Parts: sequence; C-alpha cells; structure tokens
Amino acid sequence: MTSPLLEVDGLRMHFFTRAGVVKAVDDVSFTLERGRVLGLVGESGSGKSMTGYSILGLVDAPGRIVAGRILLDGRELTTLDAAAWRRLRGDRIAMIFQDPMMTLNPVLRIDTQMVEAVRAHHAVSRESALARCREALVRVGIPAPDERLRGYPHQFSGGMRQRVAIAIALVNKPDLIIADEPTTALDVTIQGQILFEMQRLCSESGTGLIWITHDLSVIAGLADDVCVMYAGRIVESGSVDDVLERPLHPYTRGLLDSLPSRNVPGRPLAQIPGMTPSLANLGPGCAFQQRCNRAAAACAAAPERRVAAPGRTLRCFNPLP
Amino acid sequence: MLAYAIRRLGQSAFVLVVMSFLVFIGVFAIGNPVELLVNPQADQEERDRAAAALGLDQPLAAQYGTFLKRAASGDLGRSFVYNVPAIRLILERLPATMELALAATLLAVLMGIPLGLYAGLKPDSPFARGIMAGSILGFSLPTFWVGLVLIMVFSVQLGWLPPNGRGETVDVLGVPVSFLTRDGLAHLLMPALNLALFKLSLLVRLTRAGTREAVLQDYVKFARAKGLPMRRVIGVHVLKNILVPIVTVIGLELGSVIAFAIVTESIFAWPGTGKLLIDSINQLDRPVIVAYLLVIVTIFIAINFLVDVVYSVLDPRVRPGTAAAH
Amino acid sequence: MGVVAGPAPVASGPAADVESPWRRVASEFVRSRLAVAGLALLAIAVVLALAAPWISPQNPYDLAQLDVMDSKLPPGSAASSTSRTYWLGTDDQGRDMLSGILYGLRISLTVGVTSTVIALAIGLALGLTAAYFGGWADAAIMRLADIQLSFPSILIALILLAILGQGVDKIIVALVTVQWAYYARTVRSAAMVERQKEYVEAARALALSRMRIVLRHLLPNCLPPLIVVATVQVAHAISLEATLSFLGLGLPITEPSLGLLIANGYQYLLSGKYWISFYPGVALLLTIVAINLVADQLRDILNPRLRK
Repeated sequence: MTSPLLEVDGLRMHFFTRAGVVKAVDDVSFTLERGRVLGLVGESGSGKSMTGYSILGLVDAPGRIVAGRILLDGRELTTLDAAAWRRLRGDRIAMIFQDPMMTLNPVLRIDTQMVEAVRAHHAVSRESALARCREALVRVGIPAPDERLRGYPHQFSGGMRQRVAIAIALVNKPDLIIADEPTTALDVTIQGQILFEMQRLCSESGTGLIWITHDLSVIAGLADDVCVMYAGRIVESGSVDDVLERPLHPYTRGLLDSLPSRNVPGRPLAQIPGMTPSLANLGPGCAFQQRCNRAAAACAAAPERRVAAPGRTLRCFNPLP
Repeated sequence: MLAYAIRRLGQSAFVLVVMSFLVFIGVFAIGNPVELLVNPQADQEERDRAAAALGLDQPLAAQYGTFLKRAASGDLGRSFVYNVPAIRLILERLPATMELALAATLLAVLMGIPLGLYAGLKPDSPFARGIMAGSILGFSLPTFWVGLVLIMVFSVQLGWLPPNGRGETVDVLGVPVSFLTRDGLAHLLMPALNLALFKLSLLVRLTRAGTREAVLQDYVKFARAKGLPMRRVIGVHVLKNILVPIVTVIGLELGSVIAFAIVTESIFAWPGTGKLLIDSINQLDRPVIVAYLLVIVTIFIAINFLVDVVYSVLDPRVRPGTAAAH
Repeated sequence: MGVVAGPAPVASGPAADVESPWRRVASEFVRSRLAVAGLALLAIAVVLALAAPWISPQNPYDLAQLDVMDSKLPPGSAASSTSRTYWLGTDDQGRDMLSGILYGLRISLTVGVTSTVIALAIGLALGLTAAYFGGWADAAIMRLADIQLSFPSILIALILLAILGQGVDKIIVALVTVQWAYYARTVRSAAMVERQKEYVEAARALALSRMRIVLRHLLPNCLPPLIVVATVQVAHAISLEATLSFLGLGLPITEPSLGLLIANGYQYLLSGKYWISFYPGVALLLTIVAINLVADQLRDILNPRLRK
C-alpha cells in the first residue's frame, strides 16, 4: 500500500500575541491521496486558511507550529529549514489565493511573474521557461497565451487572472495544490468553469488538491472527501457523500440547513444562532456549545477526535442520530 | 506613450507662460519698473531713456509682448552690481547649483531607500528604531544649523574638510564640474550632505511606510508561495511597487532641493545661483532676481514634466492605451 | 516578517462607555513616552519664552547693561564688572547668551505661532468655502493652492521679502502666504468627505442656514487633521523664520530671533568661538524637535486609517 500523498497528524499552530495565545489550528489531522480532492470547509476564522499556510510553511511570527506532523510523501515538513521550504514551495506544493488581482503583482508583466516561478526551481533558459508557461496557460484554457504573457494583470478580467494564477501553480507540476477560496471573488459562471477544469487537471495529472472554502455547495460538486472545521478544530470528516447526506455534527447540520438551495421558498433562511467565538478566549469545553441546540452537560469538556465509522471522524459528545 | 508625452509638454508650456505672466505683472504692473530695473544711480535722463527702451509708454499688453520677446531671446536686463546681462550671471553659476543639488539628491536616495527598506522589513529591531528616531531629527533640524555644526566639527575641530568654497573643476562637455577631482569632492561632501539631510529623512520615512504596507500585500504572499528567494521578493516585487510614489516624491522634491541650496550655498560659500540670489536681494540687484525667478520656474516645470514621464514608465496602470479591462 | 497575520483578537465583554474625544486623544497621547517628553520640553520652552523678561539675568537689548569688555567670552566666564556668571558665554557685543537665547526664543515662538494661527484662519475659511460651495470657487481656490504648493516655501518667502522689505509684520505676511495653502487643502478634503454624507443633505433639505451647516457639521470633522497639520506647521514656520533671519532677510536686528543670533555668531565659528552660534541653535533645535515629537504622536492618534 502506497503511503498517502499528504498526511497531517495532530497539527497545532498558535499565534503568540500580546493579547494572549490564539490557537488558530488546534489538533488537525487528515490524509490526502494522490489525484483526490479534499474539501476544507468552515466559516471565516475557523482556521482553514491557516491550516493551508501551515502546510506550505508560510506561517511567520507571531505564529508558530507548536505540535504535530506534516508528511509529504513520507517526508516530514515541520522540521525543514527555510531553504528547504523554499525549494518545496512552488515546486512540490503550490498555492492559489482568493483574489487574483492582489496576488498578481500589478506592476510586473505576466510573463515575468510566470517565468520567475519556473526559474526559481529549475536552472533553465528563459525561452524554455516561457515554453513551459505557454503550455501551462493552454492547460488552464487560455487559448492565445503569447498575447496574455506580454500583458499586465490589470488588463485582464477576474476569471482570466485566476486562470493565470492557477497556471502559475501548475507550471512546475506540483504534487499538491492548496486552493484557498479561489473562486469566491469570481462570477458564478466562471466559478463553475474553473471548478470543472481544476478537477480535470488534478485527475489527469494525479495531483492532490485541497480546496479551502466556506461554501458547502462547491464542495458537494467537487471534492471526494471533506473536513469541516470550527474554531481551529476539525469537527467532522469523511467522504463527501457520507458527510453531506448524513451529517453527524450539529454544526455540519447547521451549515447544510443554511444553504439557500436547501431552503423551502417562502420560509426564512435557517441560520446558526450566535457568532463564531474569538479564538483568543475559547473556553475549556466544546467550542460550539453556545450555539448548539444539542448541547449537553458533557460538552463542558473538550471532545476528542474519534472514529465514528470507517473513514469518518467526529468530535462531538452528542452527535446527530 | 508619445501622445502622453506631447500632451504633458503642452501643459508644461502653458504653465510656463502663466508663470512668466505672473512675474511680468509683479515687476511691471505692481512695482515701478523703472525703479526696479534701472540702476538706482542713474540720473533722470538715463531713466527716461530706459523707460522708453522698456516701452513703458505703451499699453500693458504690448509691454508683455516685448517682455516675452526679450525673455525668449535671453535679454532680462543687466545686473546693477556686475553690469553684465543678468541671464549670463545666472547661467554661469547654475552648474554649481545643479551639481550640489544632484549630489545631495543622489546621497539622499542611495542612503534613504536602503535604510527605509530595512526599517520597514524589521520595524522592531533596535537599528530600525534608531533609524526612525534619526529621521525625526533629520527633518527637524534646520538645515543651516546642521551646516554650522558640520563646519564646526569637521573643519574647525577635526580639520578634515574645507569649510567653504568649491574645489577644482574639470570641464565636461563645456560644463565645469567639481566632483571628478579629489579636491572637488572634499569641498562637495559637506554641503551635499547638509542639503541631503532633510530629503534623506523624508525618504527613509516614506520608504519605510511603503515597505510596511507592501509586505502585507497578497502579492508578496504569493511570491513567497511560488518559492522565490527573499532577495527577489524584496528586490523586485516590493521595490518596484514602492518605487512609484518614491520616485514622484524625489522628483518633486528636487525643486525644493534646488531652493534649499540657497541656504547651503550661503553657509558654505558655494558659488551657485542661491548665493547669487541672496547677495542680489541684499544689494537690490533686481534684474538678477527676475532672471533667477524665470530660470528657476522653467527648471521646476521641466522637472515636473520629467517626473510625470518617469512615473508612467514605472507604473503601467497609468499609461493611456493600457486601460484596464471591463 | 509576518506574511500571515493572525486573526485579530475580538474584544469580548461590554463595550467601554463612550468617552469624550478629547479624553481619548489625551489618554492615547500619553502612551508614547517620547511624545510626552516632547510635550514637556515644549511646555518648558513656552514658559521660558513667556517669562523671559523676568527670569533672564540680563536684558540683552538694554545697552546700559552691556559691557563691551566682556565680549566673546566662553561659557562659564565671570563678568568683569558685576558678579554675574555668563553661563553660556557672551557674543561680540558683550551680551549674555543665555539672556539672548531666552529673548530670542520668545520672538521665534511668537512669530511662529502668530503666523500659523493667521494662516490657519485664512486656510480654514477658504477651505470651507471651497468645500461647501464647490463649483468654480472650489476650482479657483484649489488651483491657486496647488500652484503655490508646487513651489518651495523658502523661495516664495524669499521673493516676498525681497519685494516687501524687512520687519516683523512682513515676515509674518511671508510666513502666512507660504502656509495657508496646506490648511486650505486639508480642510477642504475633510469637509468634502463630510459634505457627501447624508445628514448634510438632510440639513440642507431642512433649509438650515448655510452658515450653520458649515460651522456645526463640516467644521468639527476637519479639526483632527487640522490639528496635526497645524502642529507640524508651527515647527516649519519657526524653522523657516530662523532660516530667513539667518540669511539676513528676516527680522530686523532690534528684534533678534534665534535665527538672527545664530547668524551673528556665524562669523566667529571658524575662529573657534562656537558658543555664539551653537547654543541658540540647540535651543532652536530642541523646540522644533519637541514640536515634531508631539505632532508625530498626534498624527498617529488622529489618523482615522490607523484607528482599529
């Protein structure tokens, strides 16, 4: 049995601020096989983006990984030095961010920004790097790449820019791509196209994909597995079909119910009452108890992660039946 | 790109005309031009002749035309004190002033941007805090007093550098410059440093603010996520972004450097146009003052124009013809 | 270098009761020790300047009190005829430097503050007019301000003084001319922001008098940036006046500011009698630095973009 592409085990990442310790990522564990898509779902502040940054080693002071392991193809990442991380980033692991207008440098040309991504990792000539970039642009569905390459980011639409960002992520043929809400800032139609293409690219090349989002409906169509995060912890995980059809955690249920597509026309949209807690002062017990309609006395203690069924984990004392 | 340049050129010419009009009004309409432009020691007959030559009996509009015509051909009157054409005096001393101003700007840029970058990247380090404290001192200290202290320390106490004057000059393309000789450099160093101080402090603060803002931007995150070495992230991505406002400031401040050179030239007895101006004001040599004004205004307008052009080269979003999509 | 900033800790607990804006400014101000030091220094300077006629050991402009035999004495020397000590030395006329500095400080501060206040009033009036009436009044005023601001202040001041001549009033005119545009621009920007807001529309719909709208609504919004600009400009005005006096174009010799004192001592610098220029310079420097420290902190406090 081959080892999984990515294995995250007990990851904890904390920010040590003057106001206190913020446990941004608190005991997160999951695995990802090659060619599969994992959805990381949660509200803002749930720690999903921070998990992504941790895997990429992009956490700087005052944040720090305090515990846990991250294994890429069996190789431990948390103990790498800065130079080793740099070699890994953009080459074996790539990241796509939410707003392509801001992630592409507005004063540099597209070809400059793409070519540097290639030449940072491979000692090739500019021409051969350009050739690779052209090929990557074609793969993401940009037909006339040469014209695009000579342009500046502000000359393109949002969808086009995001495709460029994806092309940059793909150009060195990474093993793993982490996409942090890449379609949130785009039109719905473009969103659909990009989702489809990402899925196709990953299954074609065997690249693993972690898709970070707050939108469950996106996950439903795209991912193979899903982890639901709340307040820095994974509260439920499993295959997408299982979790969405039969959620076990009250929070997952709440998320599903609040989807507009699940709403009966004419009735008010269901909402999870209350607000996400501040990560700086979580209480000792379950982070969700104040907003949970199934909270019980046992929830005053922090629930541990346990295996609820084959392939499903859960962190709850009083799950849904 | 060319169309933009031509348009800006046209605007500059317009401002130049407006300024010449203002100077004209100041001298001919408000002041008594005979008083202002004729040697006070002239007798009445000479004054009448001068008045006729200046065309003062003609309507104001015609006078303006004459004024412009004469200004365009370089005739701005003769200096009372030296009895040579005023414009010649100014142009003779302009190279010295420009050399000082450019040296000061160069010093400010070469020191200010790296210091500001460092202070922006590591804002909590003791060195960075020192830089910021120093920058407050730098723009608080009146230029002339710093010059005095420099002379006190380096010339009087330590005897390392000469306290005044310009050093040996060498002709480059017909223009005498002094930075190519050792003696010239020794004379140039203190005045240039003195003049640079204010701008240096401004640049440090500006660069620091820009850097601090830039490193929080997403494109820096993305550049790091691509695995680029820090050298490139800072040196290319951050730098090119912060350069845009910085270059604008440098360019616009160049005019103010030339103006403040007046003070530095007075302290260090540097033979430039600034010292000439002060002497002329004290000696009531008004044609020289007028000539100085017109020349300086022309230089300022030229600088503004150049800055605009450089700005559009650095920031592609500003160029017409590369308008944003949708 | 923080690439990933953590989530900002959300304050929990009930909101603090609303405190008056002045108290908030004061309490935030004292958080910076440097700024407090600056303010203290400034207060000392002001007190010294105000009390100069009473506390200075000698009136340096009363010729009867001067002893020309005591000229150019180094700091700490004893007077030849009286029992006085010249703590900071004497100048070429036998004037006690300490007294000269105190009087000079008085004049420098007076000229600086007066010109700032007048420029502020003019700039405020013009800026509010431009913002409220808009249209060609706005365009004209702002174009004038822009043209003026594109030229270095020292140049404008020099030329004005060349035309007008010497004297305290003329220096103040020059300083006011150089400064008003900063205030006008600042006030106009702030007022424009406020003017767009809906309650101004409502007030106009209610036909409240224009004056009332301007004074009660637009004006208070302009105060924070105005305070910051004014503080910085006082330092700038003092520095500019000193520079002009040093160049011989500023105040007449009968009312020497610190700049003129420094100019007097310039010629003795090369012969080692540094104190005639140096100590007035230190006094000037400390005053300006103090004002800038205060201004820096005020800017940080009153800048709406930095407020969390």
